[in-house]
Formats: sequence, C-alpha cells, structure tokens
Amino acid sequence: MNALVSMTGIDKSFAGVPALTQASLEIAPGEVHALIGQNGAGKSTMIKVLTGVYRRDGGRVIMGREDSQITSPREAQEAGIATIYQELNLVPLRSVTENIIMGYEPKRFGCFVDWREGNRRARDVLSRFGIDIDVTEPLGNFSTAIQQLVAIARAVSLDAKLVIMDEPTSSLDASEVEVLFGVVRELKNQCVSVLYVSHFLDELFQICDRVTTMRDGRTVSTRNVGETKKLEMIADMLGRNKDEIEAEGMTDFAGANAKRGDILLRAQNVSTGPRLTHFDLTLHRGEIVGLGGLLGSGRTEAARALFGVDGLDAGVIEFDGHPGQPSGPGDAIDMRIGFLPEDRKAEGIIPDMSVRENMTLALLPKLAARGQLDFARERAIVEAFITDLGIKVAHMDQPIRELSGGNQQKVLLARWLATEPDILILDEPTRGVDVGAKREIQSFIRSYVDKGFGVVLISSEFEELVEGADRIVVMHEGRSVRELHNPGITENILVGTLAHHDRGDEAWNAQ
Amino acid sequence: MLDETAFDLRNYMRRNSASVTVWVALLALILFGLMRYDNFGSAYNFSSFLNYNAMFIAIALGMCFVIMTGGIDLSVGSVAAFTSVVAAYLSPYGIQVALPGAIVAGVGFGAINAFCIIVLRIPPFIATLATMLAAKGGALVISGAQTISVDWGSNFTKLGMGQAFGLFPWAIVIVAGLTVVLWLVLEKTTIGRTVLAIGGSEDASNLMGLNVNRAKAFVYLLSGGCAGLAGLFLASGFGAGQPLEGIGWELSAIASVVVGGTLLTGGMGSIPATVAGALLLGLVFNVLNFENGQGTISFSAYWQMVIRGGFLFAVILLQARVIAKQQRAIGS
Amino acid sequence: MERAMKFPRQVASMPLRFHGGIAALLVLLVFNAIFTPNFLQMQTLFVNISQVATIAIVAMGMTLVIATGGIDLSVGAVMALAGALAPLIFLSDFGAANPTLGVALAIILPLFVAGLCGVFNGVMVAVLNVQPIIATLILFISGRGIAQVLTNGNLQTFSNPSFSYLGTGKVLGLPFQGWLAVAIACVLFWVIARTSWGRYLLAIGGNERAAFLSGGPVRRVKIGAYVVCAALSGLAGLIVVAINSASDAARNGNLMELDAIAAAVVGGALLQGGRAPIFGAILGAVIIQLVKYTLLANGVEDEVALIAKAVIIILAVWMQQFRRS
Repeated sequence: MNALVSMTGIDKSFAGVPALTQASLEIAPGEVHALIGQNGAGKSTMIKVLTGVYRRDGGRVIMGREDSQITSPREAQEAGIATIYQELNLVPLRSVTENIIMGYEPKRFGCFVDWREGNRRARDVLSRFGIDIDVTEPLGNFSTAIQQLVAIARAVSLDAKLVIMDEPTSSLDASEVEVLFGVVRELKNQCVSVLYVSHFLDELFQICDRVTTMRDGRTVSTRNVGETKKLEMIADMLGRNKDEIEAEGMTDFAGANAKRGDILLRAQNVSTGPRLTHFDLTLHRGEIVGLGGLLGSGRTEAARALFGVDGLDAGVIEFDGHPGQPSGPGDAIDMRIGFLPEDRKAEGIIPDMSVRENMTLALLPKLAARGQLDFARERAIVEAFITDLGIKVAHMDQPIRELSGGNQQKVLLARWLATEPDILILDEPTRGVDVGAKREIQSFIRSYVDKGFGVVLISSEFEELVEGADRIVVMHEGRSVRELHNPGITENILVGTLAHHDRGDEAWNAQ
Repeated sequence: MLDETAFDLRNYMRRNSASVTVWVALLALILFGLMRYDNFGSAYNFSSFLNYNAMFIAIALGMCFVIMTGGIDLSVGSVAAFTSVVAAYLSPYGIQVALPGAIVAGVGFGAINAFCIIVLRIPPFIATLATMLAAKGGALVISGAQTISVDWGSNFTKLGMGQAFGLFPWAIVIVAGLTVVLWLVLEKTTIGRTVLAIGGSEDASNLMGLNVNRAKAFVYLLSGGCAGLAGLFLASGFGAGQPLEGIGWELSAIASVVVGGTLLTGGMGSIPATVAGALLLGLVFNVLNFENGQGTISFSAYWQMVIRGGFLFAVILLQARVIAKQQRAIGS
Repeated sequence: MERAMKFPRQVASMPLRFHGGIAALLVLLVFNAIFTPNFLQMQTLFVNISQVATIAIVAMGMTLVIATGGIDLSVGAVMALAGALAPLIFLSDFGAANPTLGVALAIILPLFVAGLCGVFNGVMVAVLNVQPIIATLILFISGRGIAQVLTNGNLQTFSNPSFSYLGTGKVLGLPFQGWLAVAIACVLFWVIARTSWGRYLLAIGGNERAAFLSGGPVRRVKIGAYVVCAALSGLAGLIVVAINSASDAARNGNLMELDAIAAAVVGGALLQGGRAPIFGAILGAVIIQLVKYTLLANGVEDEVALIAKAVIIILAVWMQQFRRS
C-alpha cells in the first residue's frame, strides 16, 4: 500500500524534555485513521509536527513519494493538509462564504473579489455534505456543529487530501455528531483521508478504519478498528495487559467499605450543559471519592459545578444536608469547600507572586482584620506548611514561578489545606509532578481525610484512583455511570468498567 | 440547540440595526432641520457643512479600517495638525505638490505607528499615543508654534474654497471618491477582507494563512494618509497650517466609526455607515448652531464633547451586549 | 520608606527597572548639576516639586489601574471636571456666606464626583467587560466637555488663600502638594503591601482566573482601583487649580493621561498587570519632569520635549515587551 502520509522515527523535545520519541504514523489514502492516547501522550505534538507548526528534531515525514518540505501552516494547507483545531480556526463574525474562501478568493479583473462566484462555491461545497444554509450569514450565528462543518468545507474546498480533526465532537450533541459522521463518510467517499483525534472511543468504531495509539511520546500500536475491542485500545493507551484486565474484570468487586462519617455532600442529577448532563455523587466525612473516566467525560465540569463556577441547569447539590449551590468561588470557600484546578499555570499559580502570597491567597479573608493582613500569622502558617509538606524553597518570598512543578503543586495544595475546607476537590493533583512529590501529595491527601474531612479526587491516572480512593464514581460522556467500592477495585476492574459501562444498569444512582 | 434559530434572527437584526439606525437617525435629523430652520436646506449651509466635515470624514474612514482590525489610532488629530503645516509650507508650489506632500507626511507617521505595533509589538494605543505626542511636538517645531499662512497666489486654496465644476467644493469630491475607493477595498479585495478577519480573530487569520502583518501595516499607513489628507483640507480650507488644531479629532473619528456600527473589538464594520456616523455627529452640531441662532436655547459649543461621549456610551452599551452574545455563541 | 525596611527581600526583588530608573535619575541629576545653570538652587527644587506632584499623584492612581491589567485614559478629563467644580462651589453664594464650609465642600464634592467617574469606569470594565481603553475613552471625551459646559468654557479666576494652600502652601519650606504626594504614596504602599485588597489587586493582575478561583472579589477590587485612580486625578485637578488660582477646563490635565502612563511604566508598572510599584510611579514622574526641565532649561523648545516624551514611552514599553518575551 502506498501511504498518503508516512511519519517515521519522529523525535521532538521542548527545552530538553522529550515530547516525541521515535514516534510513527502512517495514513493511507481515503482512510479514516484514529489517533488516540492519554493527555500528554504526544498526539497534538505529532499533528503539529506534521502541519509545520513545530519543527521536528529527527525522523522523516513522507508525503506521497517525497520528503515533506512543510515548515508552516500555510505550506501545509497548500500541500493538501487541512487541520480543524479544537478551538475553531475560523472568524465567527464573518460570513460563512468568507470563512470558506478566505485567502483563496475568486477574483474578477484580477483584483476584485467575485462574491457571487464565492457564494456559489461555498454553497456547492456545503451541499456536498447535505448542508443548506444562508452562506452570507455570519458564521457565529450557527451552532458549533455547523461551524465545524464549515471548517471542514473550507478544507475540502482547498482540495485537501488529508483532513485532521482534533476532538471534533467534544462540544457537539448527539444529533450533531451524526451529521459530522455523515461528513466524514462523505470525505472518505471522495477519497480524502481523515486523521481523527478523539477521546471518545465509541465513536471510532462507527467511522474509523484504523487506529494508532500513542503513549508517552511513542507510538504503541496501529490496529484495524474492525478487529479490535475497545478494551484493547484502552489497554494500549494505559500500557496494560488486556488479558489481565479481562480476567480480573469478571471478578466480583463488591467490598465492604470502611467506616464512614456523616454525609458531607450530595449531588443529584446535576447538569450544567452538554458536557455534564447527569451527575450523582455522595461524599461522607473521612472518605476520598474518586471521579474516574477518560478525558472529556465531564469530571472537571462536575468539579466546577460543585465549586459554584458553572451554574446548574438542573439537579440539586446539598452540603451538610442543606440544598444550595455556592454562587461562586468566594461563596464556596465560605461554605468550606476547596478546589484545586487542573491547569496549574492558567488557573492556579500567580507566577510573579511569592510562595507566601500564592499560598495564602484563598485564606486572605481569614488573615485580615479590617482589611489589614496579619503578617505574623501568615508567616507562621506558610512556615508550617513549607515544613509539613516538605516544599523546597530558598525562602518563602521566592517567586513561585522559580519552583519545580511538584513544589508549585504543593504550594497550591497548601493554599487549600490552609482554609481547612470540609470538602476538598482536587483536579489532577499530581499531574506533571515528579514521582517523589507525587507520593508525598497523595499521603497528605490521605492524612487530611483521616481528620474527618472529605475529598473528591479527579485523576487520569487509574493507579492513583485505585490506590487512593475509597470509592470511585465512573463517568462517561457527561454522566456518572457506575460506582466502585474499595477495597477490591483494581486498575483492571476500573478499565473494564470504563469499557463496558454501557452493559447493564443505566439507571444507576448514588446511594 | 434547536431554539437557536430565533436567537439567530434577533442577532442578525441587531447586527444590521446599528448601521440602519445611523441612516434613519441621519435622515430624521435632516428632516427635523429642514422643517424647523429656514436656511437649513440652503445650498450654502449644505455645501459649507459638507466642506467643513470633509476632514472629519477622511479621518473617520482611516480610523474605521484601524478599528476593524481591533486596533486604534489616537495620533490622527496631531498628524493632521502636522500635515496642515507641511501643506502650508508646500502651498506655493501648488496643490500638485502639497497634496502628495501632505499625504506622504501623514503616511510617514502611519509608518512609525505600524513599525511600533508590528515590529516592536507595542500595544496600539500606547504606540499611537506616543506618535500623537511626537506629531504634536513636530508640528510645533516645524511651524515655530505659529500658524503658517498659505500662499494665496497658487491654486492651493482652491482645494478648500473653490468648487469642482462650479458645483461642489473640491474637498467633498475628493472625500466622496475616497469613500468609494475604500468601500471597494473593504468589500471587494483580499486585503479588505483580511482586515475584517484579523479583527474577528487574529489567531484564526494566521492559521488560515492570511498575511496579517501586511494588512495591519496597511491600516495604519492608510489612517496616517487619511489624517494627512485632513490636514491638507484644514490648511486649504482655512488658509493656514495650524499646529495647534486637531485636539480631540481622534475622538470624533472613533465616535463616528462606532456610531456607524463598527464593532470596537474589530471584525465588523461598514464604510458608508461610518460616513453616515460622521455626518450625523457633524449635523448634531449644525442643528445646535441653528437652535442657538434662533435664540430658543443656548447650547454652548462645549456640549459637543458631552454629546459625543454620550453617543459613544450608548453604542458601547449596545455593543457590549452583542459581543457577550457572540462570545456565548462561540462557546468561549 | 521606613516600611520598606521591614521587607528587605521585597526590596531586593524589586524589578531591575526600578534600579534602572534610579540610575536614570542620577544621570539626569549629575548632568543638570554640571550643565544646567542655577540647577542646584532651592528655587529649582520648588518649581520641580510643585510640578511633579500632580503627575505623581495621578501616576500612582494609574499604577493601581495598570496593576489590574487595565488602563485609564480619563484621568485628564476627571482633573478638568474636579478642577471646574471647586471654584463653582466656593464662589457660589453659599460658599461666600460660609467660607470654611465652602472650601471644605469645594474639596470634598469634586473628589466625590471624581470618585463617581471612577465607579463608571470600573463598572464598564469589571461588570460589562468593555476593554479598559474603550471604557475610559467615554469620560476622556465627555468629562472635559462636562467641565466646559459647567463653566461655560470660561476661565474662572479667584483669590481664595485657604483653597490655594493646596497648591501654594509650604510645609517645612517645601511645597504642600509634594508632602501630600508622599503621604498618599505611603498610604498606597501600605495598602498594597499590607492589606488583603492590595494582595488581591496584584493577584488579579497576575492571573485573574486564579484569583477568581481562589475566591478573590475580582469585580469589587477592579472597580476600587478605578475609583482610587479617578479620586486621585480629581485631587490633582484641584491642586492645578489651586496653583494657578484659576480654573481652565480646556487646559487642566490636558495630556495628563500620557504623563501618568509614562510615569507608571517608567516606574516599573507592567502593562499586563500584576505589579504596583507606587514609589516607582513617583520616580517615573520625577524622571519625566526632570527630562522636561532639563530640555527646557537648556534651551530646547517645549515642543521637542514632547517628542522626547514620546520616545521615552515607546522605549519603556518596548523594553517591557522585550523582557517578557
């Protein structure tokens, strides 16, 4: 088979940290090829190497029969590679036509844009996918799904041979997904290849021919979708043995739970939008409840709902038996809830501020008497946490940006521990943290819970969930679908549950 | 998602309502003036009104392009003052020298803006504020802080005071021509559409492979050139280069552009509506003058700025809602 | 500066530019000492202090706004508005009848109105999410217009020694407004270093999202920054009026937004937010005033000084961008 694109032995590192190691990818003409992997597996780096956003450190990229010369997105476009990014690379204020023909407008007299011809072309290419809309309307007036299809139409109108779709369905509802799939099949009929990056494995079975799995910057496997089980894909993504999972997955995982305290938090039928449609959770004093699920399953959205960042569309949240969602983070902190966000850089640290200032940010209202800060108390608290958590700093007034990821994370953890919340929500508390710091952070979480507080733990690392959580609520596509109890949970059981959630009781509810 | 159609329709109406409103308001004000004041519709008032406002329209046109990219040019008033002095100095050589001279001087300041913004990556409002200072200082330096009288012997003052074909003042003819050309550029050329795309989303424009820097340079050069033209009108219409003029012109221009329905965050805008916006603002003061002339009220000229600010406030409030809706629709 | 002694590390970690600013100041002083005639005289000091105080006061307010990642273009217009109100009040019949109360009201009411302007700016930015430059443009345009409407564009001259003390009084032989500026600086420095409001201010500028998720009252703090900035501008407007014993709404505070932004940036404020070097703003104001003075005293025209100021602004901002990237 003569591949359309063949990438072999790709190396790429950022500031000495390898993102890709000998990665490879091969896409045949006219196939729909899935690319899957955990966060940080190297999928997007791979795409960006292919489209010339990044320059590779080593390896070959062959397009057709020749070595690829692509060094910029523009050149990639001209070579027939179109990318539909997660954040749409379109201009919502401009018309559908403009978004399709921009940069390649049909001209009259060599200089004036021929709008009639442009509109005709836009309608033409959209009608090939069975879409009939007013192409002179601003793109922003249409739904996300249509916007996505317009992005694809743009790609097709540029005679793309390969369309790369990065998480195309993450913000679409079910009927929109169907339309998108229709388009993907149509592309395939027209012998356009599609590289399909998605976290939703079920989708792959509907439209993909082959699937390449990446893990830790390496290519793990390339399989024919038709001959592959979901379990095998997940096993590849996580680096597990499928047979082991299967063997254990069948065992009984019921286990009597350790002593629980009173109910701290109860969420019922919570929904905040398309990404979180039905979420149930019960949290007792003295326990860690894990939220398990693949990326995009609604874990973070659930945390944001509990912390009052996203308003509820439906459902009830009760704290200590009193119904009512916090009106915002400030209110949540008053209600003794803490939330460690997933994205440390964007939502956690204030880079130019010192360790001390970062650590006491959520505590400020309690540190201040009539607005004036109690520095002595602040220093004492910070000092204590630096010692307790073993944070490695030169001094507490060192800017936090100078710390390693693990130490930054400990400071942020201390930010919340210092407020002594009843409920602490931790979103990926150990991501991007070295092994030593990770163990330490995990043991702090456990000792905190032992004092009678409750923790909601979100993690992509199943090992962390299985070892750390007393119960795991499994989430899938915005719904909580199952609950597992420790002791007795193993990673393989968890993975098995993820893969087989749709078998059996949909009507599961938190007790 | 199904009820989105209703929302689309409303949004669509609102999108066009701004430019529709400005035309309706303009017509209403003209009708009001015609009915209320005797000389309002006179050829003299008509022609002198347009002649006086020609320079403001020119500046507003350049500003419109800058704002459509999401930028801003605060230097236009000072640049116009500077080029009025340049034009006055060049007036003995006739309009054929003074016209290109003034425009080149204006484009020169535009080039400084473009350099600071594109190469040095300085935020537009800081860069153009600095150029505003520099142009003001420059105008005072080259004029010795004096008004520079133009040469009445050459054909220079014909531009501002003479009539083209014995009908319209030249300034109006030139500005009308400029309006048509820029309208074509915006609606019909790649660079015009790129300007709008940049204002809509600079990142997306880059990813689409559009030449973003070229379009940004174009708008600042254009704005400088338009300010140069306005300076020329100023010198030839009033018979002198005036280094101290131009204060607050940038704000009139911004107000005209925004009243004309151009989104302040960029990405959406209309050339004819901008002209209508400039005319509307000018006409408000024309009407105030008439009203004062009748002695029924005495609005001082100082209300101008307050009214401009009020206009801007109203439009921004409207836009803030549109933008918020838009952002929600994009889901960001 | 006595407070600063308690924070040795904070001083040590002050931005390099602060030290660069001190170096620039020293160069200017040495240059003037050698080349400028009559520089080392008390009279020179008085002139410079009385002129720099207004810039410094507005620049400190601007520093707070810039620290949130915003900008306030309306400072000059607010100066004009406050400056126009004051004489209207103490020259009114009521003010003439109750001189003491009249002067007190002539100071308090304009400051209150200025504060309201700040509320307007702050609500536009923090609640309606309008970009700061556009939001403050409205008052930039109409603030001065309102001042001119109030005074009908007339120059209001007056002789009122107790009000004029604001601009011409001397304490320990130095201009009163200089002391006032220093006092304000100390208060603001204390607020930023020692109160939760100050901490939130810097946090919002440093990472608004993180500050919000940590329970920071983002809206309140932002509005507060604009209010303080506007009130300080109002105060500066009163001082200018007091110095001149006349209020000219057309000229009071004209181009002040530029001086204030330049002083704040030269003093080390980052346009992206997250830093509020209050004493840096004073340093920046002094540098800008000295540059102006140096040029003037050495026979360079006022106009050229404008160009020099433009170059300083561009250089200062460019160096920031350069260092960030």
